[in-house]
Amino acid sequence: MTEFTPLLSLLGGTLIGLSAVLLMAFHGRIAGMTGILTSLLPPVSSDWAWRAAFIAGAILAPMLILGLTSQAIDYSSPVPAPWIVIGGLIVGVGVYFGSGCTSGHGVCGMARLSPRSIVATAIFLGTAMITVFVIRRLLGGV
Amino acid sequence: MPRTLLAASIGLVFGTGIALSGMANPAKVLNFFDIAGAWDPSLAFVMGGALIVTAIGYRFVLRRDKPVCEAKFHLPTNRKLDVQLVNGSAIFGIGWGISGFCPGGAIPALGLGEISAWAFVGAMLVGIFAARTLRLALDQRVTQTA
Repeated sequence: MTEFTPLLSLLGGTLIGLSAVLLMAFHGRIAGMTGILTSLLPPVSSDWAWRAAFIAGAILAPMLILGLTSQAIDYSSPVPAPWIVIGGLIVGVGVYFGSGCTSGHGVCGMARLSPRSIVATAIFLGTAMITVFVIRRLLGGV
Repeated sequence: MPRTLLAASIGLVFGTGIALSGMANPAKVLNFFDIAGAWDPSLAFVMGGALIVTAIGYRFVLRRDKPVCEAKFHLPTNRKLDVQLVNGSAIFGIGWGISGFCPGGAIPALGLGEISAWAFVGAMLVGIFAARTLRLALDQRVTQTA
């Protein structure tokens, strides 16, 4: 069980939205993690510096929260290691061919009412729910 | 380099949002998907909050001629609903449901120093790289034979 955290999740979501608006206002870019990561892999985009900086800031954030508030961020990974690696490979291939993930399609694209993003988001949320149902309810969980 | 430093600060806001929201916690993400079981609807509030702020903010920002640090806005122009988008998104969802990680959730999770997050991100980067290499190779073959 994980605790239902509507207020904290709403606050977190608001900050995610704020970062998307700021990145568009200053850099004119979609705050999509897939696009940002892809451009940092070889052949590396010539405009890589802001992307690397964005990633560095994102990685630093939980450390800073811990350092400033001594509030630990809840983290628990119930999935066995081999399945995390298999899941990672599948996610990598999927987001590349799907041209985006939760941040790019689910937040930025949906906010622009992009038909591609609406379709992509409906599909990946759907297959994620079906996958969890199959693993936990039909196969008895990994 | 104010433009780069600014991107780092915006990344910090993004990572803080992800960390507070629970998106960096695979157990919470998987429970959001587990509607028939230990359902935790929190992540609907993450998506809802992010969407409302972005939709309103974009209205104001995209009305301007150009962004502050760049000559123009870089917006996706592809409007086609193609097989690649549908299949790729379906595949992504399967991996998300297996692992409980999406790219935007996993990157800030690296800052928690958890080995499982690092293993996921490593595998995900291999996946993106392999898919992109395949795509570029196929495109090149098409150009050569044409």
